[in-house]
Amino acid sequence: MYRYDEFDHKFVAERAAEFRDQVRRRLAGHLTEAEFKPLRLMNGLYLQLHAYMLRVAIPYGTLGSRQMRQLAMIAEKWDRGYGHFTTRQNIQFNWPKLKDVPDIIDALAEVEMHAIQTSGNCIRNTTSDPFSAVAPEEVEDPRITAELIRQWSSLHPEFTFLGRKFKIAVTGSEEDRTALKLHDIGVQVVKRDGEVGYRVMVGGGMGRTPMIAKELRDFVPRQELLPYLEAALRVYNLHGRRDNKYKARIKILVHELGIDAYREQVEAEFASMDREAIAAPAEEVERIRAYFQPPKLSERASESPLIERMKSADPSFAKWIERNTFPHKIPGYVAATVSLKPIGGAPGDATAEQMRVIADLAEIYSRDEMRVTHEQNIVLPHVAIDDLYRLYKGLSGIGLDAPNKGLVTDIIACPGLDYCALATARSIPVAQRIAERFADNDRQAAIGPLQIKISGCINACGHHHVGHIGILGLDKAGVESYQITLGGDATETAALGERTGPGFSYDEVPEVIETIIDTYLDLREHPRETFLQAYRRTGMAPFKEALYAAA
Amino acid sequence: MRLLDRTGEIDDLWPAVTDELPLAGRALVPFAMLDEALKSGLELGVDVPNTIDPAKLTRYFGRLAMISVDFPGFADGRGFSIGRKLRAEGFLGRLRASGPVISDQFTYLLQCGFDEVALPDDVAARQPIEDWIAQLGLITSGYQRGIDGRGSILDQRWSGR
Repeated sequence: MYRYDEFDHKFVAERAAEFRDQVRRRLAGHLTEAEFKPLRLMNGLYLQLHAYMLRVAIPYGTLGSRQMRQLAMIAEKWDRGYGHFTTRQNIQFNWPKLKDVPDIIDALAEVEMHAIQTSGNCIRNTTSDPFSAVAPEEVEDPRITAELIRQWSSLHPEFTFLGRKFKIAVTGSEEDRTALKLHDIGVQVVKRDGEVGYRVMVGGGMGRTPMIAKELRDFVPRQELLPYLEAALRVYNLHGRRDNKYKARIKILVHELGIDAYREQVEAEFASMDREAIAAPAEEVERIRAYFQPPKLSERASESPLIERMKSADPSFAKWIERNTFPHKIPGYVAATVSLKPIGGAPGDATAEQMRVIADLAEIYSRDEMRVTHEQNIVLPHVAIDDLYRLYKGLSGIGLDAPNKGLVTDIIACPGLDYCALATARSIPVAQRIAERFADNDRQAAIGPLQIKISGCINACGHHHVGHIGILGLDKAGVESYQITLGGDATETAALGERTGPGFSYDEVPEVIETIIDTYLDLREHPRETFLQAYRRTGMAPFKEALYAAA
Repeated sequence: MRLLDRTGEIDDLWPAVTDELPLAGRALVPFAMLDEALKSGLELGVDVPNTIDPAKLTRYFGRLAMISVDFPGFADGRGFSIGRKLRAEGFLGRLRASGPVISDQFTYLLQCGFDEVALPDDVAARQPIEDWIAQLGLITSGYQRGIDGRGSILDQRWSGR
């Protein structure tokens, strides 16, 4: 894991002092509310429906036990005893008081954390693959690059007042677990003729105008990444629309100019720059790399007689291991996903007690490391297969052992009308009611991989556009109405879901989801044909028929 | 309008001219008047909107002692890129940010190549000069390289090792 040095510590401490000063100047009337708003947003502080919300950055989703315990402490001391892990690998606290926020920020700084640029029209927290340093096929750990980008994007003097927010994801694998193509810029670490560099994608995004990113450059040499990003951002900053906030994301600029014209401008800018002056020195990249040395895991037997025995003895453990573990590049290890989607819970929520339990287990069984996933779960990346039963027992009994990773109840949902000032409909209760309907683990396993994603408004924080089944809650003349989309995909085969037709009422949604799933189960050619594969084969027609024919 | 730079409040030496050019001295003219003004012997500055393509100014650099970039609102950050680009293209004269920016942007402006800020009176009345000067000591270094007048943390890490 990356550790702060004296410079990082000083930077974060100065930023915390700056925020205290901004609060003081707001209260003294030097800053108007309109002027203060972007400043507090760039420190992670939102005004929600009922209260302030503080969003804390978890760079590329990686954190250690000490940090997780501090988040638990913050949840108990300054919030209502829980936090919400987000689709951008961050955590947000829903009930802090404004007067406490500077103290919370100081508490974060104690454990090398901050809330910088988790909101506002600036470059947001850089996200990455939760299976970094685990996935067998990765070119290199993408967090080396993500950390470089985190530093470069922190308080960048040129790019802190952009037209709109700007999200960057980095992956080191062909198999994409970062929703790379739904980001303003997606950076993929690739190897060409033995040289490591980057494929750069641009102009993806969700919101009211969802778009899949296009390729900007197939290969940027490693040492030129930062100047290349500066060129891409500068063209956006100068030419992106400012007349309409809904058309201000880079995806609209790329769409309106066309990718070729945008690329031409970026390349011209890049060619005219003093690239060496901007690029990170090679020794700095190596310094960061040293923090991401893979843990020294000694190879172990891939088969564990103990675990095989326990699987036979405890069928629920067998189900959990089947669903919630991911192969590790070192034989004898796996990455284990701790589901934050218990039946009836709010997706992504964790209590302080749960955070401490996960932190303890990570310390014992996963080299003191955790990853937040964009699906709002927690991964323990380096678990010896022999330890899995002990880990599983540690997760049991406090709502952390759901064997549902990637299944129908592993739902992404935004906070929705329960918290959010922008929401037009509830999200969390919809997720809860669907999960309750499909609570049976065997039924979930029989349905197979199926991602439901729910947004409570058109801004699409719940990623509904790329859900295999997407649900969008709208307000139709004062009544919640839910639009359903099918066939979305957030991975390397990214696709936007297609609308089934007219929306459904809040009460109808679980039944509608069941109809869609029953239709799939009827038409799939064999049990291994997934929902997404079946949908791609048949198209919308059979689903539409099942949903609307009776009416 | 109040003018300030990193030393505090300063006098405005650039009379803005929108119609008749003076016979001698200095004039800050809109971009549309620049070609005409160049025929005079005046010392010239030019006032540009933040929608301008900075490349259009390059050929005038030798004749311009000052460029004033408009910031129509503090949240409209196009001017930061314009400033940085003008410096990268080799502009050595005075660079002014003109508009209702806030003191929290002062260091960013300086780092993007600006020398001074021209504030509307109402903004200046709310944000005393002390706020602006205090900003200079708040965030003492940054991560980016190739930024005006500031070393980068990335280099500081390696200096003296």
